[in-house]
Amino acid sequence: MLDAGRHPKIKMLAYCEVEGLEGKAGDFTVHYLKKARYVKEEVCTACGACAEKCPIKVDDEFEMGLKKRKAIYIYFPQGIPAIYTIDTEYCPMILKGKCGLCAKLCQAGAIDYEQKDEKKTLKVGAIIVATGVTQFDPSVVTEYGYGRIKNVITGLEYERLISASGPTAGHLDRPSDGKLAKRVAYIQCVGSRSLKYNNYCSNVCCMYAIKDAMLAREHDEEAESYIFYSDFRVMGKRYQQYRLRGAKDYGINYIRGRLAEITEDAEGNPILWYEDTPTRQVKSLTVDMVVLCSAAVPSKGLEQLAEVLGVELTPNRFVKTDPFQPTDTTVPGIFVCGFCQSPKDIAESVSQASAAASRAAELLGITSSKKKTVA
Amino acid sequence: MDKKKGLPRVGVFVCRCGVNIGGFLDTAALVEYAKTLPGVVFAKENLYSCSESGTTEIKKAIQENNLQRVVVAACTPLTHEPLFRAVCQEAGVNPYLFEFANIREHCSWAHMKEGEKATEKAKDLIRMGVARAMELEPLEPIEAEVEPSALVIGGGVAGLVAAATLAERGFRVALVEREKELGGMLRHLYKLYPSDVMAEEVLKAWKERVTNSPLIDIYLASEVVSVKGFIGNYDIVIKSPDKETPFKAGVIIVATGAQLWEPPEELYRYNKKDIITQLELESLLRKGKLKGDKVVMIQCVGAMSPERSYCSRICCVTAIKNAILIKEMNPAATVHILYRQMQAYGDEYESYLRRAKEAGVRLVNFSPERSPVVEDHQVKVYHQLLGRELTLPFDLLVLSTPLVSQKGSEALATLLKVPIDQDGFFLEAHIKLRPLDFATDGIYLCGCAHYPADVGEAVSQALGAVGRASTHLTRGYIKVEPIVSSLIDEELCQGCGLCAGLCPYGAIEMVDTPEGKKAKVISVACKGCGICASSCYCRAIRLSHYTNEQLEAQIRAFLLAG
Repeated sequence: MLDAGRHPKIKMLAYCEVEGLEGKAGDFTVHYLKKARYVKEEVCTACGACAEKCPIKVDDEFEMGLKKRKAIYIYFPQGIPAIYTIDTEYCPMILKGKCGLCAKLCQAGAIDYEQKDEKKTLKVGAIIVATGVTQFDPSVVTEYGYGRIKNVITGLEYERLISASGPTAGHLDRPSDGKLAKRVAYIQCVGSRSLKYNNYCSNVCCMYAIKDAMLAREHDEEAESYIFYSDFRVMGKRYQQYRLRGAKDYGINYIRGRLAEITEDAEGNPILWYEDTPTRQVKSLTVDMVVLCSAAVPSKGLEQLAEVLGVELTPNRFVKTDPFQPTDTTVPGIFVCGFCQSPKDIAESVSQASAAASRAAELLGITSSKKKTVA
Repeated sequence: MDKKKGLPRVGVFVCRCGVNIGGFLDTAALVEYAKTLPGVVFAKENLYSCSESGTTEIKKAIQENNLQRVVVAACTPLTHEPLFRAVCQEAGVNPYLFEFANIREHCSWAHMKEGEKATEKAKDLIRMGVARAMELEPLEPIEAEVEPSALVIGGGVAGLVAAATLAERGFRVALVEREKELGGMLRHLYKLYPSDVMAEEVLKAWKERVTNSPLIDIYLASEVVSVKGFIGNYDIVIKSPDKETPFKAGVIIVATGAQLWEPPEELYRYNKKDIITQLELESLLRKGKLKGDKVVMIQCVGAMSPERSYCSRICCVTAIKNAILIKEMNPAATVHILYRQMQAYGDEYESYLRRAKEAGVRLVNFSPERSPVVEDHQVKVYHQLLGRELTLPFDLLVLSTPLVSQKGSEALATLLKVPIDQDGFFLEAHIKLRPLDFATDGIYLCGCAHYPADVGEAVSQALGAVGRASTHLTRGYIKVEPIVSSLIDEELCQGCGLCAGLCPYGAIEMVDTPEGKKAKVISVACKGCGICASSCYCRAIRLSHYTNEQLEAQIRAFLLAG
């Protein structure tokens, strides 16, 4: 991220949205909206004095709502570009013209409450769509109790809990009472491989659940882990070896079985009701916390973007590609890479990103700068 | 640095790394301590030294205090040294006058429960860093020209795509294929999933692009027998049946594919007649020679086992595809797939699996503890979801065996001086961040040589490898880190050749001089590992940036604690 931010040939247009497209491969005009930050980009030094004193506290999206942030904020500490942004949904100055504290505090004079959204255009030869992934909201899978049972959380929420820089400084303090979660269950295929929600496999959940369980054990020698799965997806390089290591060195229990329901006991401990498929018995298991490895879905807004760009999507709402030219969309000159093309892990995303860049370079005729190669 | 004018002006920046360091160490005390060290004229704490605000603070301090050496006490050079070096350069300090003191991985993370002692250790690390920083010398990157051409090894789909794409970008390509014809594994396949396109059509299209290109020289029934040189400048020798051809390449792409593991006869009574591999089934389908109504497929034959512990990725969906094809050709056929963990991943394969079930393909889940048993024209398998044994008669039993590393991979790895992993596949530079690169610059990897991949994945990787390789080809030159070995004094060198023999990168050659044999370092090939310098009996070789003086200063600073 920093490399991209520092590269002299990369112009980063953050907090912008693509609104229109004209032209054709090699000669596109992109219309985009540069959203008002209410902070002058070239002036802000990201010192943070504004946020320190801002009186408005709201849920921090980056910390999955497990922590508060201010109404003037940076999405996360290492974020690029390091420029504060006023959240117009909560800032009383923007909403009612009352407060103005941040402008008074900012020694650089970067705050500008009068800033407006700007419509801009950009000329480019090729476009690469790399809008990424988000997690499916599992609260619609009502039988699993997400949103109702406090100690049922999502995989992304777990990532913040186990992160040393997260809201609990890396301790698995469960949401209901802050007690250290020692027995944790990880549930696969929540809202995925399902005709009702998302009819595909998200590729990464089986493996990240192993990683999650390993981290829990590294933090706490007494941690117990249970991963509930239907088919363990180990098709990546060295994945199966990782899975075996999870059982051998980290004591992870792999249970083949799809959950029927999660209930809660009087202490707030989730109870899992499931069929252990190899023995065909209905069983229950009480744990301290449950992590729902909810389906990974394309980021919000991909459908609108696809409409603006004119690219087709697949029935599962991923960007459609030619199977044998896997970074070409249905529009010449527009390429795609990463999760928005189909679920994939980091290595595959990185590899496909190089492929998309290669296709774009091919289109733009980028060739040897030193010697002319003559046929 | 002119020592007479006093010590170099050193600045020390202590990173809190949020709570990663700041939560365990007394960073304020570290800053105060740093200020007491000889040479240090400035010290400061950053919340995140690597953030844009942190790097801005460092640049400002360099300029305002005329700093000549910069020490950042933070995390690991592995991820952040390039950043801080660039920061120094932008502020006008030679990037090699930067020194890292790792007080996170080597200190705060390792001693989370002993904050006080860890703070003392961090002081040691900073003192050592400052001592070394004062001995550092400015270095300039080494540049070399890049030949705008590529060697592509392997003429399967990945190699064809790589060669065609490179040629269309204007680069000359030598495409070397061991077999007498191009196409690799694709030649043996029937229809490809999930689009049901004929493999031969896909192959034909790519082959035409390759054979029609004036920039591609195709070498069939040929092998690469010699590789000398380094990124930008490889001297290759290609051996064909009738001749040996030299070729100069700027980069090399390894696209040698994989081979199907053939089971021994004792395993499931494999006989190539009515008990065949999935690849042999492809051939029957292609030739329209499929006979019989009862087909059983067994997955993970020889895979996910103690001998080959990995999952071969493509066999599940291949079995699904062939099962659907059989049902489409002959709706009266029964097809059972005996599987362990169904790998129907990604956007499309779940629906594909559903299509198979709707077509009447039966799925039977077994556990490796109770593997199927093959008897005369029938398979007995314990269906662990039904909880009972099934007896499945068959006319054809298809074994899904894994892709294993290509024949000759080890020899090629030795020739290219690149590693292979425990399963025999080529080992990339980084499993997540550099999946298509080797650690050695200038050599790239794609397709099944890396790990089993389907056709679409192999194409994607081939394009990606071209993307990686073409960054150098396009620029026309490379810059190499100047942390390299050099001969301090030719007179000291006794010409023993130990260094040349030990160098893992082929970066030292022995040359004849009037004074006898002497070592010569090829700077652009040198990776700065230091094996030569540390093994030279005569101390004739010096590794820049890790000189004896620099390391000794660091050790002395440690010993003279407090």
